[in-house]
Amino acid sequence: MEKFQTLTSTYIPLPIENVDTDQIIPARFLKATDKNGFGDNLFADWRYNKDGSPKADFVLNNPTYKGEILVAGKNFGSGSSREHAAWAVAGYGFKVVVSSFFADIFKNNALNNGVLPVVVSPEFLAKLFAEVTADPQATITVDLQNQTVTNNKSQQTESFEINPYKKECLLNGLDDIDYLLSKKDLIEQYEKNR
Amino acid sequence: MSTDSQKPSTGKTLFDKIWDAHTVSTVENGPTQLYIDRHFCHEVTSPQAFAGLRARGLKVFRPDRTTMTADHNTPTINQDQPVNDPISRNQLDTFDKNAKEFNMPFYYPLGNKKNGVVHIIGPENGFTHPGMTIVCGDSHTSTHGAFGAIAFGIGTSEVEMVLATQCILQTRAKTMRINFTGKLQDGVVAKDLALYMISQLTTGGATGYFVEYAGEAIRNMSMEERMTVCNLSIEMGARGGMIAPDEITFSYVYRREFAPKGEEWDKQLAYWKTLKSDEDAVFDKEYTFDASQIPPMITYGTNPGMGMGITDSIPTLEATDEAGRISFQKSLDYMGFQPGEKLEGKSIDYVFLGSCTNGRIEDFRTFANYVKGKKKADNVTAWLVPGSWMVEKQIREEGLYDILTEAGFALRQPGCSACLAMNDDKVPAGKYAVSTSNRNFEGRQGPGARTILAGPLVAAAAAITGKITKP
Ligand code: SF4
Repeated sequence: MEKFQTLTSTYIPLPIENVDTDQIIPARFLKATDKNGFGDNLFADWRYNKDGSPKADFVLNNPTYKGEILVAGKNFGSGSSREHAAWAVAGYGFKVVVSSFFADIFKNNALNNGVLPVVVSPEFLAKLFAEVTADPQATITVDLQNQTVTNNKSQQTESFEINPYKKECLLNGLDDIDYLLSKKDLIEQYEKNR
Repeated sequence: MSTDSQKPSTGKTLFDKIWDAHTVSTVENGPTQLYIDRHFCHEVTSPQAFAGLRARGLKVFRPDRTTMTADHNTPTINQDQPVNDPISRNQLDTFDKNAKEFNMPFYYPLGNKKNGVVHIIGPENGFTHPGMTIVCGDSHTSTHGAFGAIAFGIGTSEVEMVLATQCILQTRAKTMRINFTGKLQDGVVAKDLALYMISQLTTGGATGYFVEYAGEAIRNMSMEERMTVCNLSIEMGARGGMIAPDEITFSYVYRREFAPKGEEWDKQLAYWKTLKSDEDAVFDKEYTFDASQIPPMITYGTNPGMGMGITDSIPTLEATDEAGRISFQKSLDYMGFQPGEKLEGKSIDYVFLGSCTNGRIEDFRTFANYVKGKKKADNVTAWLVPGSWMVEKQIREEGLYDILTEAGFALRQPGCSACLAMNDDKVPAGKYAVSTSNRNFEGRQGPGARTILAGPLVAAAAAITGKITKP
């Protein structure tokens, strides 16, 4: 997993609530047996017409908006546990998703794939949407060490929460499996004692 | 009604008891290392996990704790023939290769008599017991919580962790109890109760919580009904749902193939009987609903929280909160409905009976009982998909097959089918499907498909009249 420390980037707004994992990556794209290529089908049904041509009115097809940060409406990532949703978000090139609320499983899956979910207040979120509509060059800075997110346009900063263990993992690019494998003796002991 | 409580308590909840019994260690300032008793595995969310093991040169740590079945991506006709779609076939072949290479003892491929939807074959074969920790790379793993287990869906990285170490790292969830007082009215089923609850709490209303269901209406339910309720826990964002085990639970598990036997049964049973929340246990949040007030339900929008009584009207724009109006309107546009509109009497095109929510024998009994002596509407395409071969066998043995055929219905072969439409069972764009599955998301049942979620009874009524009909 790649390390994450700080990131300053323009951002892509998706002001829709309850974006579920079936929208992030529709089930018919789940037939792959590796983790690559899911970025091409991120938001497939909103992004492409039936014939595969891009839908002009969808934000990812609008060249005005670019960046490594996705800013989405409340309750992002609800629905299925498919990690393919996190692979699609990461595969497209997003390193951070900002929202006022995330579904649990998506949050875990994102963190396991080096994508940082940042929870902000509804007011902060609304401001980000307004700012980027007025100026698509607006940027956000996310500082993981200090757990802050800054709207550089308005100079507003909020702090966000992250589990200290997950924070260490992300800062150092380590994953959970490495950790668990180092605890095998504990596991065997647990099995013996139960 | 809800109450938030902060006061410390000495008593433990059912969730606490099982969680504590499975804690191997706690990471400083971090998650719990949780031991997993049973892992269910299917072809769609596992290939990358097995590939990860191979890349790290690892074996499966405890192969006998994993049960594998192919269900998500499988056809529901001609299962004895090679799968047409080469990409689907590759996924099934990869699953098969992984099962063999890693010597997995409980592997039920397509055509095996124990094959079926993962959350259906688990309980019916006795893999699911009270007091267990259970995971699967599928969010409806919450189904197994009906037995008084901690059961929840995980991502593929976590599937890899379980295969490699039989553990995962999890932060402890908060606890919620939802009480249903009183009795359900005649003609109201477990699915209605669940859809009602989600419409009250919304799709994010239980995020971060593990829910225990309690109260008279829950106690009166059979195991299959309890599974339907727990299955839908995830649709309000909960990590999982659970119900304290009782005599109904024990007699369901007893004598199932992989249930404990003899002395081991007695020993386990004694333990299972201790699995309930202490009187003085305090939940982080608690709700109470009157079950007798719940009507037959349907959904009108594109998330399971957008539900209403079958004779009610869709809320008006003014009645929805301002921040959510764009999403609300977008959702109704997709469905082709108007704010304030009534849906009773609307014409529909498809009916789907099946999935891990309503693909068990009792659901088929309910459906068959209603359509007995009637005829399927000509404008309706009906997909009746048993959750497993065991359910299929029962349908035939109990004579339901004949009732269904006489009423103009055909039976398909087991699998997830139109629940997520990964196979060929896709509802065409713009068509309406009354579906007993669990998700009405945009495109869930096929690109452009419009899903109305309901219980098996409302589905049966719709299949007969071709319209949304109160059963
Ligand atoms: S029936 Fe639907 S929800 Fe259940 S396991 Fe299959 S895809 Fe998942």
